[in-house]
Amino acid sequence: MDYFLQQLINGVTLGGVYALIALGYTMVYGIIQLINFAHGEFFAAGGYMGVIIISYLSAKGVSPVLCIALGLGLTMVYCAILAMAVEKVAYKPLRSSSRLSVLLSALGMSIFLQHGLMLTQGVYDKPYPTAMTAGGFELGGVVVSYMQIYIILITAFLLVALNLLVFKTRIGKAMRATAQDKVMSALLGINSNRIISLTFAIGAGLAAAAGIMVGFYYGSVNYTMGFVPGIKAFAAAVLGGIGNITGAMIGGLIIGMVEIFAAGYLSSEYKDVFAFIILIAVLYFRPTGIMGENVDDTRV
Amino acid sequence: MTTQESRKRWISFGIGLIWLFIILWPLLGIKPEGLEFMPTLSLWIKLAVASVCVMLVYELNRGGVFDPIKRTGASLKDSTQRLYTATPNWLLICIALAFAIAFPAMTGRYGHDVACNVLIYICLGLGLNVVVGLAGLLDLGYIAFYGVGAYTYALLSIHYGISFWLCLPVAGALAAIAGCIIGYPTLRMRGDYLAIVTLGFGEIVRLVLNNWMDLTNGPNGLMGVKRPGLYWLDFTNGWSLEHIWLKKVWMFYYVILLIAIFTIIAVYRLNYSRIGRAWEAIREDETAAELMGVNTFLLKLLAYASGAVFAGFAGAFFAARMRFVSPESFTFLESAMVLAMVVLGGMGSIPGVMLGALALIALPEAFREFDVYRMLVFGGVMTLMMLVRPKGLCPAKRVGRRSEEAE
Repeated sequence: MDYFLQQLINGVTLGGVYALIALGYTMVYGIIQLINFAHGEFFAAGGYMGVIIISYLSAKGVSPVLCIALGLGLTMVYCAILAMAVEKVAYKPLRSSSRLSVLLSALGMSIFLQHGLMLTQGVYDKPYPTAMTAGGFELGGVVVSYMQIYIILITAFLLVALNLLVFKTRIGKAMRATAQDKVMSALLGINSNRIISLTFAIGAGLAAAAGIMVGFYYGSVNYTMGFVPGIKAFAAAVLGGIGNITGAMIGGLIIGMVEIFAAGYLSSEYKDVFAFIILIAVLYFRPTGIMGENVDDTRV
Repeated sequence: MTTQESRKRWISFGIGLIWLFIILWPLLGIKPEGLEFMPTLSLWIKLAVASVCVMLVYELNRGGVFDPIKRTGASLKDSTQRLYTATPNWLLICIALAFAIAFPAMTGRYGHDVACNVLIYICLGLGLNVVVGLAGLLDLGYIAFYGVGAYTYALLSIHYGISFWLCLPVAGALAAIAGCIIGYPTLRMRGDYLAIVTLGFGEIVRLVLNNWMDLTNGPNGLMGVKRPGLYWLDFTNGWSLEHIWLKKVWMFYYVILLIAIFTIIAVYRLNYSRIGRAWEAIREDETAAELMGVNTFLLKLLAYASGAVFAGFAGAFFAARMRFVSPESFTFLESAMVLAMVVLGGMGSIPGVMLGALALIALPEAFREFDVYRMLVFGGVMTLMMLVRPKGLCPAKRVGRRSEEAE
């Protein structure tokens, strides 16, 4: 039972991270019906930027909590800017061309960003200052580290903030309108280009936060780290029903749990395979996902 | 020159440069020891100067400065075009073939090595071309079939000592079966979903190769794959059939040349057959194709299977030449590279894909010292091609006439 609870805590932690990445996929898909192939790279860039800023700040003698908070904020802003630039270069000029060309251009951008990170930061793992968040406590045989608490709290905060942004503000209303009907919302005076750009920025900011948390959790970052979590988060977005924000959160949690439990009870070597199998199974049996509603022919 | 339009372009260009600096500086300039501006600034100035030059050429071109040069270029191109159309096709093919056969005599071992690589990738590119270019199914896990072919030959050769030539069709067949297995559940999906699911399948194959220690020896790979053998007439005493192992690289070159020629002919024949037409119909509009009586389910499966066969052949050859296989050779980046060839050359066009393979394999060899930038340039070129020339360097010609062209 202790083992089960321990896995549950680990699963929730990982699931929160996947949920944050999945939100970027689902929001972009909701608004332009395209998979943002470069999304995993924002996650990796966030991981790198986080360690760069946090080690700079801690060398300057800033207190750890402030370090993490500032690092998180600045990194999210940086990745948002990066995402807006990527959108401007690789997506905006292709808005009226075929889906295949947009997909390929995003794929090219993903390879470009990945190797840009490699060239500027080196091929080796970059260690995180994990001492900052070390420690933990034991609760009835279950070990919970402070880092896990941080991750769960930050994730919850970001998810609530996003929900408020999308469902309670004018910008969120404009985003939902653009997702529903781009032409009509443009006729009503919504600048759809700006909204699309903003959607990319928000998604990338969330992915960047996830990148920092993964960096702290595993202790290091690598330039290829965006690839596999990217696919898993996509699986989470599909599982929850792509285009649906609540669905992406639930899907992320499920994928995280499945991965941890599969690694704990079945086989840790094949833990990556399970997420892919879920993805394929969902697309085969229920392409609309758990929360999905109207998926017409062009989407599947 | 300073029209409204060009001023607008310069302004957005300037904004782009500022953005570039904002993105570059945190990556290069923030160090635990302190903030540095010089390295970023010097890199940024280099990039800025280079892009200003490109912009200037572009502006001058629009202003009509290069018109005289372009006119001579156009006439030159016209005359070569006329010459090209005047020469019969069989003559061109004969010249290309003669060059390919005579190639090993012209270069050394290194040249043979590069040529082998180019030919392997031509096979892969043409196979992927069937799936992506003809049938319009974006496959991002294509390299998995290459892996299946390579491991098939490696395992059969190590455990049972079966000859390369017998294994070649087996590798093709197994790759085709793998293609059907992957193709079957994905046939209901279109576009992006298909792309990401095939990507997932490709990763599953790589993970299985990596973790199935008993069969594949995991990340350490399989060693001791046998070379292909040949029977050769020997006249030393009377005449007899002598069995020799292929040892030199130029011998391998001829083997892969043979496979590549087979692939080219097969893809060409498929392209102009009823099946090829049906694939193109599916690519253009699946619903309409189905209404016209095209069996889309079977044909899409066939596209996967036949694309996979060529990758299987290439994989078996790869295992035989390297005499070693490991999962590292079958990563997603390889899939992306093959896809980049197809895209660069022009989807659906056989000479285009060959040109793409030549460009992406042979050019990096020529610029060895810039090897670290290779993938960066790949990614950039892929995006740039989609922006500037989405049809590729050598776009496919359409078969037959369409109603709007008839007038």
